[in-house]
Parts: sequence; structure tokens; C-alpha cells
Amino acid sequence: MFDLTGRTALVTGATGGIGGAIAQALHAQGATVAISGTRREVLDAFAAKLGERVHVLPCNLSNSAEVEALVPAAETALGQLDILVANAGITRDNLFVQLRDEDWDEVIAINLTATFRLARAATKLMMRKRFGRIIALTSIVGVTGNPGQANYTASKAGIIGLIKTLGAEYAKRGVTANCIAPGFIKTPMTDALNDKQREAILAKVPAARLGTPEDIAAAAVYLASNEAAYVTGQTIHVNGGMAMF
Amino acid sequence: MSEIGERVKKIVVEHLGVEPEKVVDSASFIDDLGADSLDTVELVMAFEEEFGCEIPDDAAETILTVGDATKFLEKNAKS
Repeated sequence: MFDLTGRTALVTGATGGIGGAIAQALHAQGATVAISGTRREVLDAFAAKLGERVHVLPCNLSNSAEVEALVPAAETALGQLDILVANAGITRDNLFVQLRDEDWDEVIAINLTATFRLARAATKLMMRKRFGRIIALTSIVGVTGNPGQANYTASKAGIIGLIKTLGAEYAKRGVTANCIAPGFIKTPMTDALNDKQREAILAKVPAARLGTPEDIAAAAVYLASNEAAYVTGQTIHVNGGMAMF
Repeated sequence: MSEIGERVKKIVVEHLGVEPEKVVDSASFIDDLGADSLDTVELVMAFEEEFGCEIPDDAAETILTVGDATKFLEKNAKS
């Protein structure tokens, strides 16, 4: 089950906690992976750790020319593209009434627009091959809302809608599109929380712990696999029971 | 039928899974051959690949029948 031998994957945001764990898990299941991110040296070090079947494709997703070039570069490096994991995302938090236009625009551009453009380019390749897996990282707060994150939650809710439409349009072509919605996951982002904040969060999590990047990566492996062929347009919530839909 | 016409016909038969005898110049992809809008996008992509040319969106919109495709590609095919 969940064997990805011979499959190829592009993972954006692979220098982050969750993206790195997803790339590593897909690779461990046998996939050849192209890892993307903004920091070349971090990607190179990660690639060295993974060993064979790895390609490094630096990309700044706030630069539209670089976004446009990423999927073709992945296809060239990998020979074909079977799996896209659109994971990269940023936050620019502020209270709603104080949220600046540029912080809105930047978050929408990187989280939502780049996801759209990468998925569009990947789907064009996948529909011809009659196989594809588009996996987009959304967030629990894209469904519940969260004070201070109007831009982020809008971008993540937008991804869920985009993925549903994509799933509906290409299901007949063997291309599935799904979201993973992490809850609170232990990453450098949540390491910055103080003890009081951490306690407040854990009080809301039935599993009584933060999630790990590996918890998320396991969902990605499933969605990428042949076994998940009948799953499309869905959002898998991996949140320790923090919210149940 | 021209050589390009034969290649067009072959692609249409393969992509839409229709009987070759139905693929005549006057056949409309959507009305006669059962294509949906996504099928027509795929056909255009397949033509681009086979004939090594780009088919811009505004030109693609005018390609409604097998004959339209053949006519366009006889003018624009690069391979």
C-alpha cells in the first residue's frame, strides 16, 4: 500500500517544517522529488540528506515569472510530473481594521494565486497522462476563521474552493485534487509561542498535544497514492480533533 | 483527404473514442462527436503537440469542426 516507486513529485515550501516532512515522506515511499523553496543552501543541504532521487528547484513564489517557470522546470528535471504538493505559504497577521493592502495582496499572491498557477500548469501535464495528484495545504483556520488572520484565512478558504472545482473538472482524467488542513503543528512558527499561548491551544485539542509535521506528511502520502484514486475535492483535517466537520 | 487531415482524424478518433467514419470535415466536435468543453481543450492541446504549433485561444474558439481544425493546421502546422 501507498507505494510511490516511479512517481515524481514537486513540493513547494520544502524548506519549512511541514513541506520538508512531506518531501521526505514521499521520497521514503519511493517517489523522485523536486524540492522547491527560496533558500538554495537549505534546499541543497536537505537534498544531500535525502540522497538519490532528488532535484533542487529554488523559486520565489512572489515573483510571477518564477512561478510560471517552476512546473516546466520540474517536468524537465523529473521527466514527468505526477504529484504537486502546493505547500508554501506565508502569514502577515494584523487585526482586520489595521490590515494593510500590501499585506493582504502579498498573502493572497503567494498562498492563493501561486497555488492556482502551479496547479493550472501541473493539471495541463497531468490530464494528458491521465494521472495526477494535486495536494494543496490549507489550514484549519481557513474553515473556522481566526482573529488577526483575515488575509491568511481568506487565502486558505480560497484554496479549498479552488481544489473542489479542480477535482470536479479533472476527475474523469484520473487527476485528483485535495487539501490537507493542519491544526496546530510543531514547527518553527509554533515554537515562537509562549507557554501560556501553548497551554491555551492545547486546552482545545482533544489529542492534548501539538501535531507533528509527520502527522501531515502521512496524509500527503495517502492522497498521493494509487489507493486514494477515489478521493477528490476533499479536505483532510489533521488537527488532533481540535475541530470536527 | 490531405495528410494533415488524416493526422487530425486520427487524433480525434483516439481522444474522443468515436467511429472513424463519423469523423468527417463537417462533423462538429461537440454536436456530432459528443465532446464536452474539456474534450475540446484537450483536442487543441493534442493538435499543438502533434503539429508543433501554438493555437491561441481566439483561434481555438473558431475551431468547431474537424474541417476547421484541418484548415487551421494546413496553414499553421510546423511539423
